[in-house]
Amino acid sequence: MTVIILLLSVSLLVAIVFLVAYLWSVRSGQFDDDYSPAHRIFFDDQEQTNNK
Amino acid sequence: MQIEKFYYDNKIVKQFGAATLIWGVVGMLVGVLIAFQLAFPALNFGIPYTSFGRLRPIHTNAVIFAFVGNAVFGGAYYILQRVLKARLYNDVLSKIHFWGWQLIIVLGAISLALGYTTGKEYAELEWPIDILITLVWVVFGVNMFGTILKRRERHLYVAIWFFIGTWVTVAMLHIVNSFEVPFSLFQSYSLYAGVQDALVQWWYGHNAVAFFLTTPFLGLMYYFVPKAAGRPIYSYRWSIIHFWALIFIYIWAGPHHLLYTALPGWAQALGTVFSIMLILPSWGGMLNGLFTLRGAWDKVREDPILKMFVVALTCYGMATFEGPMLSLKNVNAISHYTDWTIAHVHVGALGFNGFMIFAMLYWLIPRLWNTKLYSQKLANTHFIIGTIGILLYAVPLYWAGFTQSLMWKKFTESGQLQYQFLETVTHIVPMYVLRGVGGSIYLLGALLATYNLYKTMKAGQFVANEAAEGVALKDQPLPQSKMHWHSVIERKPIRLLVFSLIVVAIGGIIELMPTFLIDNNVPTISAVRPYTPLELQGRDIYVREGCYTCHSQMIRPFRDEEARYGAYSKAGEFIYDHPFQWGSKRTGPDLHRIGGKYPDSWHYKHMNDPQEMSDGSIMPAYPWLLDKDLDTSNTAGKIRTMQRLGVPYPEGYDKIANTELREQAEKITASLRNEKIKARSSKEIIALIAYLQRLGTDIKAEETVNNP
Repeated sequence: MTVIILLLSVSLLVAIVFLVAYLWSVRSGQFDDDYSPAHRIFFDDQEQTNNK
Repeated sequence: MQIEKFYYDNKIVKQFGAATLIWGVVGMLVGVLIAFQLAFPALNFGIPYTSFGRLRPIHTNAVIFAFVGNAVFGGAYYILQRVLKARLYNDVLSKIHFWGWQLIIVLGAISLALGYTTGKEYAELEWPIDILITLVWVVFGVNMFGTILKRRERHLYVAIWFFIGTWVTVAMLHIVNSFEVPFSLFQSYSLYAGVQDALVQWWYGHNAVAFFLTTPFLGLMYYFVPKAAGRPIYSYRWSIIHFWALIFIYIWAGPHHLLYTALPGWAQALGTVFSIMLILPSWGGMLNGLFTLRGAWDKVREDPILKMFVVALTCYGMATFEGPMLSLKNVNAISHYTDWTIAHVHVGALGFNGFMIFAMLYWLIPRLWNTKLYSQKLANTHFIIGTIGILLYAVPLYWAGFTQSLMWKKFTESGQLQYQFLETVTHIVPMYVLRGVGGSIYLLGALLATYNLYKTMKAGQFVANEAAEGVALKDQPLPQSKMHWHSVIERKPIRLLVFSLIVVAIGGIIELMPTFLIDNNVPTISAVRPYTPLELQGRDIYVREGCYTCHSQMIRPFRDEEARYGAYSKAGEFIYDHPFQWGSKRTGPDLHRIGGKYPDSWHYKHMNDPQEMSDGSIMPAYPWLLDKDLDTSNTAGKIRTMQRLGVPYPEGYDKIANTELREQAEKITASLRNEKIKARSSKEIIALIAYLQRLGTDIKAEETVNNP
């Protein structure tokens, strides 16, 4: 069952990639603002220009 | 600060959107056909290309990779551009991505119909197509990460995280599960054997559901549900937390597909524990989506798009509650191998994936064409019949699965099995009919959607390049007062980091794999021998015809299964099985110990006309196996490939393999002649009989030696 070692190491590798991404995102301030991003998707160029 | 003018690429979204509709209808049509084949075997038409075993992989591949795949790419490309305020990285890459993916789909459908398959569920496509998938996936990745790097919005909206998670994990899954050694231009054997192959396959299979059918759809949900409802997501913080929780937990849940098999107990327990934990992040996503509609339920009453989102999220919630329950061993003992699993996946596929896609297209296409949806009424009708279709599909199959499992396990007072296998099948055939009706109704809804959206496109004016404005990231003030070291390197080095990590991982895996695995493929049960050349050829026919889609080869250690099929399956019995053929569904009985149970003549007649041998059987007929000559030109190549994979055929065996093959074929022909069947020894059926008669007999031989 050495294949378990392979799967565990590959899964761990991906987990580490995600962890690095997570640490980067926290440190670079991605999640400092958890209010405006949810609203920002409504500021759309299209709906402003076309509908008016 | 200078405001830049740029254009969103809408054409690529349009192309993927149209492909979604077309492949969706095709994939569902095949699904409806195979659903009715299970009730009316005559619908297999007696020819190879339309038999269930070949169409079923076409159905699953078409709906997963063509319908869902195209929808994800189209939706992701629409969202990426808008939330990142940038045109896609490269138009040529977008084109290669689209046409490359359609090429994969067409090649996949043709090759599966012709019987080129690896025999591993949801990863059936052969090695040349696997390579093509890898290349197109890399193109997708470069295009996506390129767009992220040239973005004009510093913050990555939560949907982007879901797409990144999808890309990274699917790349890894596909590569690790697709290691195979070619023995011809279009065919290969899996590098892994038996239990190991099973574990890799279900680690892949489970995470494909997680990262191809779930995470990208949550990405779509986090953009389109708020947009359609006209209000921001209920809790943005919640979305971030549940994203990271989901991707960290999902990777470890795969072993729940192999409960009660030869997999080590701790690995099974690990799979169960992580599956239970998954309820939290899954429901986090569902509730976040549903709560977004708080205060907007009056809109939900009117708007077919929001209605579909509500049903989709509800189905997601039900499926992700049911999933962890199914990974409890005591529930799995009942549900596994039955139609319960099929019902479970279709609640997710028709309800969550399907309705998410249709709702997204109803929202997207009028906007891309600058018009209104052709008919709200038709969309409402679609919603209603689609929902009825889902219910009519799922409820009969839950009923069928539960009933059949209880019938399998039922003993009489004198301790005998109460029901023949066939009785448990004929009992649930009416449920199969109802399921087919449910599927047809759902397909009808999809056709309505296609018509409605086509009319919408005709009525509107398509804007291929949509103007937008934004300020380049480098010109924007940094959010923090001090310049973080990360901000300096985050532009180009990220690209470097991502690609170097992937390259290192691929290189490392390629280096390690052979030493890891092949040395390990040494026999652990002395009586287990490699397949004879004729049996090997017969096994490849078994794989080609997709027998594994209806027959398992894994007897679980339960009283009823041992009474019905024989001694439970042991890990050591599968060490020469490249690929493993355990299967996941028992539409027909388990075949692991079929060897020696019936005479050769029974198999001969049964393959020609199953209903002649067992009245009421729903198995398709395979008359072509009786007519077609076995291709023995590749025997030597197959033997050599097996030797490379560590199967201990003697040195130079490839040269005498065909001689031995003919000798064994003559023996079987002679035994058939004794039973008044005139057959030519060169036919494919002879090889298949050789394989079936061999199945599970190694260990029987040992048992007779040990207990004379």
